[in-house]
Amino acid sequence: MTVKAMTAEQLTKKIVGKEPLFLLDVRNQADVQDWKIEGEAIVDMNVPYFDLLDGVEGLLQHIPSDREVLVVCAKEGSSILVAEMLSEAGVPVRYLQGGMKAWSEHLEPVKIGDLSGGGELYQFVRMGKGCLSYMIMSNGEAAVVDAARMTEVYIDFAKKHNVSVTHVMDTHLHADHISGGKKLAEQTGAAYWLPPKDAEEVTFEYERLEEGQRITIGTASIDIQPIYSPGHTIGSTSFIVDNQYLLSGDILFIDSIGRPDLAGMAEDWVDDLRETLYERYMAFSKEYIVLPAHFMTKEEMNEDGSVWKELGLLLKENHGLHIQDQHVFRKMVTEGLPAQPHAFQEIRQVNMGKLNPGVEEQREMEIGPNRCAIR
Amino acid sequence: MTSDQLLDVKGLACPIPIIRTKKKMNDLAEGQVLEIHATDKGAKADLAAWAKSSGHELITQTEEGHVLKFWTIKG
Repeated sequence: MTVKAMTAEQLTKKIVGKEPLFLLDVRNQADVQDWKIEGEAIVDMNVPYFDLLDGVEGLLQHIPSDREVLVVCAKEGSSILVAEMLSEAGVPVRYLQGGMKAWSEHLEPVKIGDLSGGGELYQFVRMGKGCLSYMIMSNGEAAVVDAARMTEVYIDFAKKHNVSVTHVMDTHLHADHISGGKKLAEQTGAAYWLPPKDAEEVTFEYERLEEGQRITIGTASIDIQPIYSPGHTIGSTSFIVDNQYLLSGDILFIDSIGRPDLAGMAEDWVDDLRETLYERYMAFSKEYIVLPAHFMTKEEMNEDGSVWKELGLLLKENHGLHIQDQHVFRKMVTEGLPAQPHAFQEIRQVNMGKLNPGVEEQREMEIGPNRCAIR
Repeated sequence: MTSDQLLDVKGLACPIPIIRTKKKMNDLAEGQVLEIHATDKGAKADLAAWAKSSGHELITQTEEGHVLKFWTIKG
């Protein structure tokens, strides 16, 4: 008996549309606790596939009949097995095509808004990992910010919109995911920009992102202005696009702030983080739309699946921006931090060009949530 | 480490390594040791969790290049 697959894209649309779903995760308990698919209308249950090899009879009573059922595992093999067993027992189910691996790699483009000169800004939401990247388009040209390693997504998207990628930049040296920046720049002939302070050890040539510089996309006056904003990393840089959008990298998120410890320098960078958030960001226009490089919870997501908020609102609501006492702030960002991302040290090495793992190894390194924030 | 039986599931993807392991364990007598060779990285966490939930004991595991080796005692 064959069962039908649900793609990561279909699942994304269901989550954004808040469609009721029963999700049976058949991975082992530890993996599920570490990282799972979440959504407002999702009810989930974890039963490892190896506990179901003798039959699914005991499971049937737990499966609701009033909502769609999706079986999920790491790579899809076990979910197909369980889905077939359930299907034979008369329960209509689907399995997640490609499993958590495909879920981790899916990028969903969402339009954020128009630019004054006729261009557009898109956000690419990586639901499975909470990573956000951006494409800024104007007059036949495009810039990509914080590209994920699935570079063909950006290339196809640019083709579809008749733009060529001329600039690729990373707001900082990432520790939670492998950057697609260098690869995308090579594939498209674009310039690859990095903050020099984060790039001291990189093994390749790059353009230096420096404060006050302007990168122009298209012939219209759409500038990307890098603003040096250290804290999460020493070189962290924010971009102001078209004097409307503030791409905040891993410095400021919707409901949290960046953690300064992933390069082993929490104590040294905590003052930079505070200065960036409490002085530089506070001085910006309150009307800026903040576009971070990550989100951690589905509550940070807007109705249409995008992740952004006006700076003015963020300044009021984000707990990380309301810690008046410097010592309390220091304590919060250096002690009791959440677990560090999976393989973050190796990922940094890859992003510096020091390690060159194959695609399979890159996937393994990226497994799990991003954990770049402090709430 | 000595074993009573060897199961080679190299090159096979989840869920096959566990299915074969489970089947092989059925042929063993209590206290006997099964040695398993696998290449699917998922087997590391899954074998440990499976052994626990099915009353067997994973006594040791090693990694030699890309080959993961496990020794389990039938419970």
